[in-house]
Amino acid sequence: MELFLQQTFSGLAFGGVYACMALAVVMIYQATDHLNFAQGEMAMFSTYIAYTLITWGVPYWWTFLLAMAISFVGGVLIERVIVRPVEGTSVLNEVIVFIGLLAIFNSVAGWIWEYTIKPFPSPFPKEPLFGNKFVGTHDLGVIGVTLVVLFAVFLFFRFTPVGLAMRAAAQDPASARLVGIRVGWMLALGWGLAAAIGAVAGMLVAPIVFLEPNMMGSILLYGFAGALLGGITNPAGAVFGGFAVGVLETLVGAYVPFIGSELKLSFALVLIVAVLVFRPSGLFGFVVVKRV
Amino acid sequence: MALLEVSKLEAFYGQTQVLRGLDFSLEEGGITTILGANGAGKTTTLRALCGMVRTRGEVAFGGAKIAGGATESIVRHGIAHVPEGRGTFVRLSTEENLRLGAYTRRDPQAVGEDLERVFQYFPRLKERRHQQAGTLSGGEQQMLAVGRALMMGPRLMLLDEPSFGLAPNLTEELFDILGAINKERKVSMLVVEQNASLALAIADHAYLLETGRIVISGTAKEIEQDETVRKAYLGY
Repeated sequence: MELFLQQTFSGLAFGGVYACMALAVVMIYQATDHLNFAQGEMAMFSTYIAYTLITWGVPYWWTFLLAMAISFVGGVLIERVIVRPVEGTSVLNEVIVFIGLLAIFNSVAGWIWEYTIKPFPSPFPKEPLFGNKFVGTHDLGVIGVTLVVLFAVFLFFRFTPVGLAMRAAAQDPASARLVGIRVGWMLALGWGLAAAIGAVAGMLVAPIVFLEPNMMGSILLYGFAGALLGGITNPAGAVFGGFAVGVLETLVGAYVPFIGSELKLSFALVLIVAVLVFRPSGLFGFVVVKRV
Repeated sequence: MALLEVSKLEAFYGQTQVLRGLDFSLEEGGITTILGANGAGKTTTLRALCGMVRTRGEVAFGGAKIAGGATESIVRHGIAHVPEGRGTFVRLSTEENLRLGAYTRRDPQAVGEDLERVFQYFPRLKERRHQQAGTLSGGEQQMLAVGRALMMGPRLMLLDEPSFGLAPNLTEELFDILGAINKERKVSMLVVEQNASLALAIADHAYLLETGRIVISGTAKEIEQDETVRKAYLGY
């Protein structure tokens, strides 16, 4: 029982990180119909920026917010400058740009910060909270912070005019233009938000997996799995999927002997294939009701 | 001065020219209709006015030159387009659809009043305000489209086949409401309709479009008497 609880909490912490990645992926997917393969490397780059800020002596939580803000601006710029020229041209063009971004961020990070593994600080104390045996304080902190971020995103989309306009622009760009929404900027805003959410994921997971240019590779894969499991057309579903994948992956790694920690990543791939084969719209994928 | 002044308007889909130099104008406060057969360029005319297709020529709205601008900039001048197919945001609620109409407005109080007004014109929308808009019936979605246009607080409404797919009694109701909006809210209208007798009944001016050119223009009464129009479009 003790092991089970420990593993579940640890899984939830990873799940929070996957949920953030899944949400970031879904936000761009909803607006463009494509998976942004560079999402993980963008998050990794944001984490390096946070690392630099911390070495400059900026306090952790200021670093956290600053890194989010810088990532937001960076995301907007990437959309405006790099992605926009190929938007709507062809699937292949866009995917190649995404893969190009992935390669560029990965090498530039290695070039600036070198490929050696670096420790990244956690803002949470090392001792477990109230001396409990089940969950580390960093894990609890990760769960808490991701929930706060995800809830804030939910409030933004549900209750602000700009959030509503972004949903409208993603759903029906032509109609959105007819009510005066600047669709291009909504896309850019989506990229900015996705980048900022990715930055959160990167900064929270870095103390566990350590900082290096390839740190987000497998995490993005779990994020994809989460997004697909929950339903890539439903942001809330994707968030749920992210948490579910985190818990499942940890439990499978702990209890299924032949999987262990080496085969955990293949679990994500198996899950992706299984979802695509048996339920392509995911658990909570939107079935649009249409009547004419 | 006319509210809308169009001169030598041409429109293209790719290399294909659909409008071949339209000249027409619209008086403020009136209802004008464009009649014509399928493929004459009626829908394209509305789309051209909103910058949704590639155009050449001049369009002046309330004195401002709007031709060649982006759709989202053109509509901010006060032009509300009720598009073919209604353009419903199917996954948003009815009320969210309506609120999107007021996206560019910065007068929340007046927006609130307009929302109530829309609900007065279309009580069905109030009943279904929290319902996913994709589940509304065709008629309700058409009302939603008109309501959303009204939420923009427009000076001019462009209506593309408002009767399309509606039962006759619903169509009649909708046109009554359009007439009321025109009188009470002083919204000028440009209506494109296949149902010519319906359109002529509500309009005060009419143009007849044939293969991208205006061939007849006049008051709705004159057009109704016109021999060719009667034979080809009114069927008597």
